[in-house]
Amino acid sequence: MSDVRVEELLIAAIAARLQGLRHVAVGASSPIPGAAALLARALSGGRLRVSILGSRTHTCFTDGGRELFDCAAQGRMDAFFLGGAQIDGHANINLTAIGGYPRSRVRFPGAFGSSYLYFLVPNVFLFTLAHTPRVLVPKVDFITSPGVSAPNVYRPGGPRALFTNRCVFAFDRELGRFALDSVHPGESAASVRENTGFAYREPDTVPVTPTPGARELALVRGPVADAVAEVYPDFAARVFSSADAA
Amino acid sequence: MFCTLDELVARIPDGASVALPPDYSGCAMAAVRGLMARRARGLHLIGVPQMGFQGDMLIGAGCVDTVETAAVTLGEFGLAPRFSAAVRGGDVRVLDATCPALHAALQAAEKGIPFMPLRGIVGSDLLAARPDWKVVDNPFGADDPLVLLPAIQPDVALFHARVADREGNVWVGVRRELMLAAHAARDTFVTVERIQDARLLDDEAMAAGTLPALYVSGIAEVPEGAWPVGLAGCYEADRAALREYAEQAATDEGFVEWMRHHVTEVAAA
Repeated sequence: MSDVRVEELLIAAIAARLQGLRHVAVGASSPIPGAAALLARALSGGRLRVSILGSRTHTCFTDGGRELFDCAAQGRMDAFFLGGAQIDGHANINLTAIGGYPRSRVRFPGAFGSSYLYFLVPNVFLFTLAHTPRVLVPKVDFITSPGVSAPNVYRPGGPRALFTNRCVFAFDRELGRFALDSVHPGESAASVRENTGFAYREPDTVPVTPTPGARELALVRGPVADAVAEVYPDFAARVFSSADAA
Repeated sequence: MFCTLDELVARIPDGASVALPPDYSGCAMAAVRGLMARRARGLHLIGVPQMGFQGDMLIGAGCVDTVETAAVTLGEFGLAPRFSAAVRGGDVRVLDATCPALHAALQAAEKGIPFMPLRGIVGSDLLAARPDWKVVDNPFGADDPLVLLPAIQPDVALFHARVADREGNVWVGVRRELMLAAHAARDTFVTVERIQDARLLDDEAMAAGTLPALYVSGIAEVPEGAWPVGLAGCYEADRAALREYAEQAATDEGFVEWMRHHVTEVAAA
């Protein structure tokens, strides 16, 4: 594990969850999900279609900004990624503001497409590299997008899992709450509990998130890194250029 | 139709609602600096569907009364500092939306209908904060709540494109949200890299990505008019300049300094 960065571990862990899907889309400012989608495509032998917003090479859309959303509403998109300045135990996400609204102490960019895609894309994966009690909270300050909906609300989509720098949580849509799925090397059930502000289910024995194999690592550090550099140059320079030395 | 950059900027009145595209589309950055230099006031910005540097700059310069958008973001360069500061200070009214809601509301204006229904959004605080959005039961179904969004007809759509012809047709290529904004807006003002003699509509390949002059109120030829965010297929973003903005705009004083260097002194020269 010592020579595998947590970013690379996450890229491989997310890619494993994308196997067998047809079309995965990745939004703005999501380099790790973007890299994971590209790795999953490489592992699928090119069968997985990947749309990365903001990339010229990796988007197929030709009908303007609306097309991604229309395509999702039709069920033509299997997976999408969302982050959150706050995420709570019911998978509500806050991308809007903390400390009051509309006049807020801390303001974030905004909802982007989340308040729509969270309802419509069957497999939404939540993602954060800031696994702390301040981010994973009992209740978000502002529900930009709700994790669960009343039974009469049209909702073919929703959260499947939450990937963090410490662990993977699976989301149970029936119960409307998370369960600890695996902890990354160096973490434990206790360290995750200590750093998580919301309640979740914890199995008696918690598996360790698998370390990527040689084939995955070679793909991540080679063709995936090159492709990621086009969309997220700063990220690629930071993570991949130093990976060998880490 | 054809005018100078200054004339184009002068045709966007204070208090206008102005539709602006994201950084990756076509941003009329030189015109935006013109609005800042003129000390435009009371603008209602509309993100198509979100906005980047140009939104933050206009807010920082005090040009903006309301911002209606799915996000204001500097992307890889971090949070939009002037937007955040204005929200903190209560200096700007924010109408938070989500990307497809803005697309749909602009489509309603495009079609000349009063509203558009949309999936999603139900149960969010976004909806709670928007009394102008209504939830109705699907009239063709039963117990199926749907959000209705009132049409958005911007006073002005403002963007930058690669080329226009002598008739005022504008090529936007694959960036069709620019077409949507132009169809929906009362007036569309465009800055372009160059104006060509060959008629865009005569070339089948170009015609598919061409906004007809029917929708265009004013065009100014402004080479590198999208600097520093760049124009797809023409020139890359000037990352050093964007980073400089993000760093300087982090403080009130830094932003004033950035304005002096890039807006006020340029306008005076």
